[in-house]
Amino acid sequence: MNTWLSIDNLGLTEGSTRIIDSATLTLSARRTVVLGPNGAGKSTLLRLIHGLLHPSEGTLRWSPPLSQAMVFQRPIMLRTTALANVVYGLKLKGQKATECEGRARQALMHVGLEHLASRPARLLSGGEQQRVALARVWALEPELLILDEPTASLDPASSREVERIINDIAGGGTRILMTTHNLGQARRIAEEIVFIDRGRIAEQTPVAEFFKLPRTAAAQDFLQEEMP
Amino acid sequence: MSMHKPNILMTEFKDSFLTAWQLLAASDARLSGIVLLSLRVSLAATVIACVAGMPIGALLAVGRFPGRRVLIVLFNGLMGLPPVVVGLLVYLLLSRAGPLGGYGLLFSPTAMVIAQAVLVTPIVAALTRQVIADEWSEYREQLRSLGASRTRAAATLLWDGRFSLSTAALAGFGRAIAEVGAVMIVGGNIDGVTRVMTTTIALETSKGDLPLALALGFILIVVVLAINAVAYAVRGWAERRWG
Repeated sequence: MNTWLSIDNLGLTEGSTRIIDSATLTLSARRTVVLGPNGAGKSTLLRLIHGLLHPSEGTLRWSPPLSQAMVFQRPIMLRTTALANVVYGLKLKGQKATECEGRARQALMHVGLEHLASRPARLLSGGEQQRVALARVWALEPELLILDEPTASLDPASSREVERIINDIAGGGTRILMTTHNLGQARRIAEEIVFIDRGRIAEQTPVAEFFKLPRTAAAQDFLQEEMP
Repeated sequence: MSMHKPNILMTEFKDSFLTAWQLLAASDARLSGIVLLSLRVSLAATVIACVAGMPIGALLAVGRFPGRRVLIVLFNGLMGLPPVVVGLLVYLLLSRAGPLGGYGLLFSPTAMVIAQAVLVTPIVAALTRQVIADEWSEYREQLRSLGASRTRAAATLLWDGRFSLSTAALAGFGRAIAEVGAVMIVGGNIDGVTRVMTTTIALETSKGDLPLALALGFILIVVVLAINAVAYAVRGWAERRWG
């Protein structure tokens, strides 16, 4: 597998808190799930990689540079239709207006929501909104999709649907980098687990091995607590 | 014996109310001319204030440039600008010796529109900034992730906040239609030309002619209440329609 991102000595300090502490990591798997206790710095790491946050020190080296998109824990919908929300993302990427609608409709079909295309997005259920958010990024056909706890506030049925969509997007060749609290989901989606503890990368392990026997004591404790 | 005075006053009031009601019922030409001019001037001023003030407010909320904080404080402060001071400044600008004196706008409805637009723009800008700043804190990461520039984000949020912003526009209109100092100074309260509701009320009351003042006062209150009712209805509808 080819390395697509080398993270070297990445750090983020806010006030006197080290939120990310000298993270060094090479990512080459196509589906990576970042696990760790609450407040370990998972979301912050994803935001640094996505460019929403600027590191205090360290570097990110992309090879080659990837087009990327991000899905957040809480979907943000504009006060317009579901379809227009998807079109908006395409327009920002400079797509021709004539092509936008067709592609947006197709993306909504992929997430199983074409029948809700003309509905006001903010009045959809939480699960439906998250699927519109997934359609919005899917339409962009990113090379890397980052997802920050995309199913954290969803019911089990919606979670499964979102997971199905993530798998479909990955099947199209998009690299996946995500966090989740759902260990079953992590096991089903990931090829590789990155475990992060108190701002430090504790280990990076193939998924089967991680769930059988993690290398670090911190990860062992974490698994024991999450799966008694 | 001292009971007489209030009784006389009461009768006088009653007569004034009666005449006021007759003026309203007959939709008196002089009355309706004054009302229409008021609405025209304040509407035009509000439109100008929105076109100028809303983008300013959005950029103050979303932008990052030197002097932003100073401008925010300035616009918040200018919300309480005394109308007479605005009137005086616009008067100086438009008077024959002033920089814009050549256009001969003083004592015209145009001068009144300018003065009210100056008065209302900071109000619209400051209220817009509050609305957009709230939206920005919610949308910021998503919009940046999708690659929106700050200018683009400001435009998106102005559209997204359109229903909340209607309140800012109506607050501006309410301020414009109710102020008296600015239009009095730059309009001159010329009968049939620049006489609006508030200036007429001031003049007629000082002359002791209460019926016309009362009729106009009544209309002014109805207009202001109607504006707020519309604002309330629009927001309720938008909430149900778009969430």
